[in-house]
Amino acid sequence: MRGADYVVKRVLFAIGTVFVAVTLNFVLFRAVSGDAVSALRCRQCTKEFKDFQRRELGLDKSKWEQYKIYLGDLAQGDMGRSLRTEEPVTSILWEPLSNTVPMVALGTFFAMLFGITTGVIAAWRRGTAADKGSLWGGLAFYSMPPQWLGLVIVLFIAGWLGLPTSGVKSPTLGILDDPSAIEVIVDRLEHMILPALTLGLVVFGEYTLIVRSAMLETLGEDYVLTSRAKGLSNWATVWKHGFRNAMLPVITLVALSLGFIIGGAITVEYVFSYPGIGLLIVEAIDQRDYTVLQAAFLLLTLSVIFFNLLADLLYFKLDPRVTE
Amino acid sequence: MSPVQPGVSTPDEAPETRSLAVRALASPVLRNKSALVALGVLGFFVFLAIAGPLLIDGDPKAKVGDVFEPPSREFPLGTDGGGASMVAMLIAGARVSLLIGFCAAAISALIGGTVGILSGFFGGKTDTALMRITDYFLVIPDVPLMIVIAALFGRSTWNIIVIIGIIYWTFTARLLRAQTKSVRERVYVQRARALGATNSRLVVRHVLPQVTPLLIANTVLLIAYAIFAETFITFLGLGDPSTISWGRLIQNAFIDDAIINNAWWAIIPPGLCVMFVVLACTIIGQSIEDALNPRLRTGHLSVRRFRVLPRAAQPEQPGS
Repeated sequence: MRGADYVVKRVLFAIGTVFVAVTLNFVLFRAVSGDAVSALRCRQCTKEFKDFQRRELGLDKSKWEQYKIYLGDLAQGDMGRSLRTEEPVTSILWEPLSNTVPMVALGTFFAMLFGITTGVIAAWRRGTAADKGSLWGGLAFYSMPPQWLGLVIVLFIAGWLGLPTSGVKSPTLGILDDPSAIEVIVDRLEHMILPALTLGLVVFGEYTLIVRSAMLETLGEDYVLTSRAKGLSNWATVWKHGFRNAMLPVITLVALSLGFIIGGAITVEYVFSYPGIGLLIVEAIDQRDYTVLQAAFLLLTLSVIFFNLLADLLYFKLDPRVTE
Repeated sequence: MSPVQPGVSTPDEAPETRSLAVRALASPVLRNKSALVALGVLGFFVFLAIAGPLLIDGDPKAKVGDVFEPPSREFPLGTDGGGASMVAMLIAGARVSLLIGFCAAAISALIGGTVGILSGFFGGKTDTALMRITDYFLVIPDVPLMIVIAALFGRSTWNIIVIIGIIYWTFTARLLRAQTKSVRERVYVQRARALGATNSRLVVRHVLPQVTPLLIANTVLLIAYAIFAETFITFLGLGDPSTISWGRLIQNAFIDDAIINNAWWAIIPPGLCVMFVVLACTIIGQSIEDALNPRLRTGHLSVRRFRVLPRAAQPEQPGS
C-alpha cells in the first residue's frame, strides 16, 4: 500500500470511530429507563424546571429527531447544559480538563521513565536477576488496581515524602502574600506528583516489556553488529543504534496506554480528590447529572481516538515501512 | 512441541481432537514452573470462593469487634471500619470477585469467539464488517465506557457481569479470527469441504476443536481483566451495595477513612488478593497461549488493547 493511502485510511478510520463513539453516546444515554431528567437527584428542582429541561433536551421529540439535534449541537461544540446547575457543559469541562491534562502527561512521563529504564536494563542484562526483576516488577504493578495503589501510596509514602495527598493547590497559598509564578507552579506540581506517580507505576510494566523486546530485536540487527565490528564502544552501540531504533514502538504505546491511563485517572483522581475530569465524572455519577457525564465520556473517548491517530501518523513519518 | 498440528487423517475425521486439546492445555502449564505456582495460587482462591460459607460462620459483615481493631489472635487481619473481621470479608469477597471474573470472561469468550470464528471462517464481506466493528470498539477506551454503562443501567452484580462481558470481547475476536483463518486453510478441512461437509459441520467438527485451546487461554486472561474491572466499577459506588467483593473492600477502606485510622490491615489485603489472582491468571493464560502458538505472542500486557504492533514490538514472557 502506498503511503498516502495509509494516511487516508487511518484518518477515515478515526472519523469512523468518532462517529461510532458519538452514536454510542447518544444511544446509551437515551436508553436509560425513564429519562435523564427524572433520574436527576436534585431536591430543589421544581416540576416546571424539569419540564423546561425536557423541552430543552428535546426529549418530547422522536428519537431520530433527537439524534439529528444532538449531532447538530455537537458539531457546533454545544454539549448542552448541566442538568443541575444550568451551566453550559463546555465551560464546566474546561477547568477539570486543565487539571487532568498535565497530570496525565506527568503520569505518562513517569511510565516512560520507569519503563524505558527497566526495559533497557532488562535487555542489556538479559537472563540475569535484573532482567527478571524488571519484568516481574512491571507485571506486579500492572496487576494492581490503581485506586488501591493510590491508597497504599498515601498510607506509606506521602507522609515520608512530605507531599500533599489531596486537591490541586494549597488552600493557604496566596492568602498572606502574592505568590510568585514559580511558587504557584511548584505548588501545582507537588499536588500532581502522587496521582501521576500512581498512574505511572501502574502502567510502566507495559513499556518495560515493549522496550525490552524492541531492544533485543534491534541489538540483533546487522547494523548493530557492523557498529561493533567498527570498534564502537558498548555505550555508543546501545545508545546510537539500539536505543534510538527501539524507541519507535514506544510512540505507539504512548497512545495505546492512554486509554488505560485515562481509565485509571478516574479512580486515582477520586482517591486524591484531584479536581480533574475523573473527579467530575465521579460527581456527575453521584448527582446523576447525565449531560455532564455524557460530555466527559465523549471528551475522553475523542482524545483517545485523536492520540491513536496521531501515533499512527507519527509512526508512519518515522518509519515509512509500516503500511500494512 | 506443537499441539495443534494439521494432522493427516481421513477426510471427515479431525485428529483426535479432544485429547489433543486437553494435552495442549495441560502440558505448557505443567512444564512451566511459574505457571504451576500460578495455578496453585488460583486454585487456592477458587477453593476459598467455593468453600467460603463453610469457613466463616454467620454473616461476614457482622460486627464482631471494635472498629479498625489491629490484627490479633482472634482477628488475624484485624477488623474493618464496620467492625467486621477482615478475614471473613476477604473470603466472602473472593466468592463475588471470582464469580464476576469467571462469568464476565465466559460472556466475553462467547461473543468474541463467535465473532472471531464467523469472521475468520467466512471471510469476505462478513469478515470486513465484523472486524470493522471490532476495531472501532478496540479504540474506544473500555474503562470509561464500562463506568458510563454501569452508571446508567444499575447496580446489581449480574449487571456488572454483563457490562464487563460485553466490553472485553474485542481482543478475543481478533485472536480467534487469526487462528480460524489458519485452521480453515489446513488440508483436512479442505478435504472435508471437498467431500461436501456443510459449513456448520466444518465449524463444529474441525475449526472449533482446533481453536478451543486458544480460546480457553484467552478466557483465563479475560478473568484477570474482569476482576480488575470490577474493582473500578465498585470503587465509584456503582457496585451492588449488598454484596461484598474485593473491589468493595477497597472502596470501604477508602470511604471509612482507613488511612486516617492508619488501618493498613483494612487497605492492603484486598488489593493484594486482586493482584495475586490477576497475576496468576495472566501467567497461566499467557503460558498456554505461548505454547500453542509462539508466533501469536502479543504479550500479556498488550492484551487489553490488542493491536498488531510493529515486528520489533512483540514482547516476550517473563519467567519462561
